[in-house]
Amino acid sequence: MNEFVFFINNVLIAGSVTGSIYAIGAVGVTLVFSIMRFAHFAHADMMTFGAFMVLLLATLFPNAGAALGVPTAIVMLPLAMVLTAALAVGIDKAFYKPLRAHGVKPIVMVIGSLGVTLMLQGLIRLFSGTGGQSLYVDDRKEIFRLALPIEGVRVPVVITEPQIYLFVLTLVAVIGLQLFLSRTRLGKAMRAMSDNPDLARASGINTNTIVAVTWVIAGGLAAIAGTLLSMDVTFKPDLSFHLLLPIFAAAIVGGVGHPFGAIAGGFVVGFAETLAVFNWNVLLRPFRDSLPEWLELPNNLAFVGTEYKIVVPFFILVAILVWRPTGIFKGKVI
Amino acid sequence: MSAIIDVRHVNKAFGGLRVINDCSIQVEEGSVTGLIGPNGAGKSTLFNIIAGALPLDSGQILLSGEDITNRPANELFHKGLLRTFQIAHEFSQLTALENLMMVPPAQPGESLAKAWFAPRAVREHEAEIKRRAQEVIEFIGLNHVRNELAGNLSGGQKKLLELGRTMMTDARVVLLDEIAAGVNRTLLGDLIGNIERMNREFGYTFLVIEHDMDMIARLCDPVIVLAQGSVMVEGSIEEIQNNPEVIEAYFGAGAA
Repeated sequence: MNEFVFFINNVLIAGSVTGSIYAIGAVGVTLVFSIMRFAHFAHADMMTFGAFMVLLLATLFPNAGAALGVPTAIVMLPLAMVLTAALAVGIDKAFYKPLRAHGVKPIVMVIGSLGVTLMLQGLIRLFSGTGGQSLYVDDRKEIFRLALPIEGVRVPVVITEPQIYLFVLTLVAVIGLQLFLSRTRLGKAMRAMSDNPDLARASGINTNTIVAVTWVIAGGLAAIAGTLLSMDVTFKPDLSFHLLLPIFAAAIVGGVGHPFGAIAGGFVVGFAETLAVFNWNVLLRPFRDSLPEWLELPNNLAFVGTEYKIVVPFFILVAILVWRPTGIFKGKVI
Repeated sequence: MSAIIDVRHVNKAFGGLRVINDCSIQVEEGSVTGLIGPNGAGKSTLFNIIAGALPLDSGQILLSGEDITNRPANELFHKGLLRTFQIAHEFSQLTALENLMMVPPAQPGESLAKAWFAPRAVREHEAEIKRRAQEVIEFIGLNHVRNELAGNLSGGQKKLLELGRTMMTDARVVLLDEIAAGVNRTLLGDLIGNIERMNREFGYTFLVIEHDMDMIARLCDPVIVLAQGSVMVEGSIEEIQNNPEVIEAYFGAGAA
């Protein structure tokens, strides 16, 4: 049974954490794509920016959380979301809007977003330094060890405070997005614009507003993902950047332009990663005695080593592009 | 009658190519004005300029006396100037009925707060829009396909849907861009009948670009002939058909 708890900790919980981060990131990427038709590479750095804003605010007001009984970083998250949304709208005004006005091809926008990536990363590095910093400035990260009420189980299920916040916020974000897209006029206008921008304009939809709203949502979600990731690990100026590939893989797996596909894709990629690096030896060891003698279990039975984890989303990405280029949910429009 | 659309001395060039050349036209309120001309005469360009889809180089456009030069299409929509597309546009992932329901402006569901905190008002308004969409879809004769995805409709049905879209709001002027192209004869009859009824019963003004001369002859008075980016002649269809200049422009010198 201890092995089973080990499995819960290392696959179920770890997979859900990674999956949630990828999912929230991929939703932003996919929304931007469906409205503006380009792959926004600077998304990961918007995540970092959000986390950095939380770090700044938490350093400035380290006691804000204690007063409310929650981590300071969580208190600062809404403000960081607003700031990141403002940054996203600002970046669009400064860099992408002029490009759009010239009617450039999507690839030019993609290259432009690479430039924005480098600028943002450099800027954050300039102020935060290159090292890691904890988002828990003045408080302590709570780690819950839940002992299972089963005899003989010594290993507890371990879950941390930011992970719980992550699961809750992912759920809230998914439900909120669904309500927004299906119920509100603005959400429907977004769907309309992703389907046919010319017709949307001729139907009286102000496409500039839609673009701004898209950036606000993408920025807000990026701040959530970046902050919770940094709370769970530590803040580093390139932490989110390294997630760019799995996030894009998740968006493509779900069908680009399909927000709920992106969420599903996020969990597919997240779990694929954790399952691939999980040492299956642990689960098989209890059955060691009943296995035939010629079969000797190697010590490490993981599909790939942890250091090659990034191979997994790469493989999924290529496989999906080869066998099902439209993604599992056939995305294109919201 | 007064001019509802007044285009004054508009110029437009693409690179070195002058497409619209000091062009001035007036569309009288309550009329069905035809806009014809040989290929490359600048009809579609002029149309896109009026509809706010293309910026103009110089000149002025008035809608009921109000300057609408270079205003974006969505703003013109709210001022009552609507257009259809030469190649029918539709929201392919929505049904025919939902396509119509996308159109009406200023729904209460537009604001996030109201959608969550005043769901009743939103529902009532939605029901109202749905009633209207239902009326329109019956009017244009697409009731039997109202729950089909618009992307699956035939080309002609999409054109009818385009026309229906313009009926969902209190439009004053509708710009029809080759609405007859690719529509079969029976459906075309419906289309013309609908346009006539909209004009007579509901007071819509139409500006029509068309290659189908039968349709122009049945619907339009007056007709404006465009050639090389400016107005060549303007008059009733009989005057146009007997004008030697027009015949020359269409069929080349010597045909008359």
